[in-house]
Order: sequence, then C-alpha cells, then structure tokens
Amino acid sequence: MGALLTPAFGTVFWATVAFLTVLFILRKIAWGPILKALSDREESIANSLREAEKAREEMASLNSDNERLLQEARAKRDAMLKESKEIAEKIVSDAKADARDVAAKEIESARQAIETERKAAVAELKAEVAKLSVEIAERLLKEELADSDKQKNLVDKLINESTLS
Amino acid sequence: MIRHIARLIIVALVFAAPLAAISQHESHGDEHHGEQVQSDAHNSKHQEENNDSHEVAHEDPHGEHHEEKFVAGDFIMHHIADANEIHFFGDVSAPLPMIIYVEGRGLDVFMSSAFHGEHGGHGGHGPTHATGPSTGVEYTKDENGVSAHDEHGEVLSIWDISITKSVFGMLLILTLLIFMLRAAAKSYSRRPGKAPTGLANFLEPLVLFVRDDIAYPIIGKGKADKFVPFLLTTFFFIVGCNLLGLIPFAGGFNITGTLGVTIVLATLVFVITTINGNKHYWGHLVWPPGVPNLVKLIVVPIEIFGIFLKPTVLMIRLTANMSAGHIIILSFVSLIFIFNNSYGAAGGIGIGVFSTLFMIFMYFLELLVAFLQAYVFTLLAAIYFSEATQEPHH
Repeated sequence: MGALLTPAFGTVFWATVAFLTVLFILRKIAWGPILKALSDREESIANSLREAEKAREEMASLNSDNERLLQEARAKRDAMLKESKEIAEKIVSDAKADARDVAAKEIESARQAIETERKAAVAELKAEVAKLSVEIAERLLKEELADSDKQKNLVDKLINESTLS
Repeated sequence: MIRHIARLIIVALVFAAPLAAISQHESHGDEHHGEQVQSDAHNSKHQEENNDSHEVAHEDPHGEHHEEKFVAGDFIMHHIADANEIHFFGDVSAPLPMIIYVEGRGLDVFMSSAFHGEHGGHGGHGPTHATGPSTGVEYTKDENGVSAHDEHGEVLSIWDISITKSVFGMLLILTLLIFMLRAAAKSYSRRPGKAPTGLANFLEPLVLFVRDDIAYPIIGKGKADKFVPFLLTTFFFIVGCNLLGLIPFAGGFNITGTLGVTIVLATLVFVITTINGNKHYWGHLVWPPGVPNLVKLIVVPIEIFGIFLKPTVLMIRLTANMSAGHIIILSFVSLIFIFNNSYGAAGGIGIGVFSTLFMIFMYFLELLVAFLQAYVFTLLAAIYFSEATQEPHH
C-alpha cells in the first residue's frame, strides 16, 4: 500500500527521461510533419473551394454575358428586320409615287398634245371653212351678182345673217 | 481501423502464445496432485474468461504452498502495484533489469530473476534476496521496494533506477508511438495533399481531435501551436498506457495508475504553465485587481496554493481512475476465489459466470475510460495553459 502511494524514484527518473526524449523526438519527426501536412491540406482544400467558387461565379457571369449578347443580337436582328421592311415599303411607295407622277405627266402631255392637235385641227378646219366659204361666196357672187337686185338682196340677206350669228 | 486493431490483437496473441505453452509445461511439473482437481476446475473456467486467468493461475500455487486464507486486498494491491518483473500468469514472469546505484559502492546491473526467496515465492510475497554482481551488496526486496545492506547488516543508501514493470511498459508504449507516428508522418510526406490512408488514417482523427477540439478552442488558434506537440504526446502516451493495461495476459500493466509516471506528467504541465505564464496571469495571481486588500490576504495564498494544487489533482485523478478500473476488475476475480474457498469449486464456477459477465461490462467501460481519462488530462492541461497565456480582456 505504501509503495502504491509513494512515487518511486526510479519510475520518476525514467518517466522524465523517456517522456521528454520522446516528446522532442516526436516533435521533430512526427508532430511537425503531421501537423504541417494537415494544415497544408486544409489550406489546399480551402483554396480549392475558393477557386471552385470563383469559377462558379465566372461561369455565372459568363452565362449572363452570353444571355445579354443573345438579347442584343436578337434586338439588333429585330431592328434590322424592321428597318429593311420599312425600306422596302418606302421603295415600293416611292416607286408607286414616281409611277403615278410619270403617268400623270404623260397624261398631261398627251392631253396638251391632243389639245394642240385639236386646236390646230380646228384652226385648219376654220381656215378650210373660210376658204371654202370664200370660194362658195365667190361663185355665188359671180352667179348672183350678174343682176344688181339680186346683188342687193343678197347683200342685205348676208348682212342680216352675219349680225344674227 | 479494424485492420489495425486486428493486427494489434494478433501481436498480443503471438506474444502470449509461447508463454501459454510454457505455463502449461511448468504448471504440470510443479503442481501438487492433491489439488489437481480444484486447479483443473479453475483452468476450465479460464478458457471462458481469459482476461483474469493469469490471476487465477497465479494464486493457485500460492494457496497450495502456504495454505493461507485468500486475502483479496493483498491480492489486488499486489497486482496494481509496480513490480520488478512482468508477471503473465501462473509462475510465468519475465525478469526485468535491476539498475541500482549504491552510494560509495558503485552501480549494480542485474536481472530481477537473481532475487530468490526462502520459499521460492515470487515478488510481493515475503522478502527475497540477491547479491549485487559488481558491488557485492546484499539486496532485499519486499512490498516496500528494494533495500541494501552491507556485510555487517548496515543499511546502505541506494538509488534504485531499475526498469520496473511500469517503466518497461512506458518505454514500450513510447517506442511504439515513435514508430507508429513516424510511419504516419512518412505517409503524409509520401502523398502530400491527399487523403490519409492506413495508419495515418487511423491516427488522424485523434490528432485532429486534440488539435481542433482541445488545443485550438481552449488556448486560441495563434497561441496553441507551441503547446500542441506536448498535448498530443501526452494524449497518445496516456491512451497507449491505458490500453496496454487492458490487454489480458500482457502482464497487467498499470502504468498510468503508477504515481511515479503521473507525477512526471503533472509536473511537466506545471512547468509549462509556469514558464508560459504572462504578466496578466501572474498579476492576477499575486495582486488580483478589484479585490479589497483584506480579502487579498486570503485570496492570494489560496491562488498560489492553487497553482500547485491543479497539477496535483491532475495527477491524482488519472492515477486513481486507472487504478480503480483495475481494482474493480480484480475484485470480480477475487470474488471467484472467495467463493471457491468458502463453497468449493461449484461456488467458484457459479460466481465465476456472474463475475465474468460483470468483467466484460467493466472491460468495455475501461476501454471508454482509457480514452476519457486521456481526454480529461489533456483538456485540463490545455485549460491551465490557456489561463497562463490569456491576454487581458478588460
């Protein structure tokens, strides 16, 4: 019982020597490398996680970029389509307007030509009628004016007629 | 992990098997035939409860030789106390080296098998004697240890640094730790940054437990690093010693139940705490701020007493807990003998079944306690270190 409760000198001696020696040996060959390996690994895991997170964010931003580009492209396409449609419509309407103008001008010039022709024809006709009338009058006068009464009657009659018409 | 435990068990078996053969051989030669029947009754029981069989077998010849009454207290104390030989079972024990320095005479180194008693008994049962091979001093060994006297019977003062059972077990565990941990460390450098395998994989949770659950949260991450190697070594050492004490047939080691071992651990905790104590720590100890002067007269001596008390309690807790586990298991073993002596073999066997069941339960409990006490010791050491290194926070 006494031996149990009294620390023996030899045990204390060996425990001190052995424990301290092993403590220093282990610190050198085991704890140092093991703890370093553990913290290195933890760090590398943390780094990997961080990088993965970063990559994920990059992916997300890339995706949103893509989305945005697509949106822009779509908008551009729509705009282009709209524009070309407008241009086409404008071309068509311009063409129509031009055609109308041209047609109107043609018609106008045709009408003027017709008018001119008509006037010329009327003038010619008038001249012809006048010439004919003069000839007829000449002949009639030659025949009628053989006698003076008749000449007189005729003159009167002509005068009357001309004032009336 | 299972592979490593299996490996350990196989090592234990390989270690124990030849000794079992020797014991068979020796016990057949030595035993008195008159007691053979009773002995056999025990032996048949040993098969089912191999953890206590060495105590049983060991007591048999003793009882036969002296016809003494079985005294459970002596039996238990003898088994948990340190010894100069590793006693396996029966009369089988391995001698250990005796290293004794006799003042004025010189150093004696011899094996403990040189000790012989008057009636051939082994350590702890009556004094045994040996003569120092180089000094010629007469050594006497009894329950209280080794003493020396010269030719005239004059008592000489000696320094006994023999490799006792506990010292041997301690050296065994420390050597084992060096090999295991070096192997683990190598496997880390072989596969940097990879997940651990094998031994490292088995040890890593324990290492991380001490670092992340004891050192870092208690001491603080920055300051803990210089204490971590000590805490780890202490933890692994205590766990190893505790577990060694639980291996049946392996000599019934009670290393962490030996005061000489725990006092060293506690002293180291005290020394490290004292060396690392900062101004804040000592200031609060010697001149606690905000305490009336009259009260200081009471508080300061208590505080100073406390710094010695803390490691002492640490020492006593570990020693008492580990010894208690052994005492309980041995008490159940003793029950078998008490009943055997009082009611004959039938009583011994009857109570043996009951005792064995309790012992199995106690073994599991002791397995838990082996880790628990290592944890408690390490945890409290960490708390003392953190107190010593705490920065003022007001």
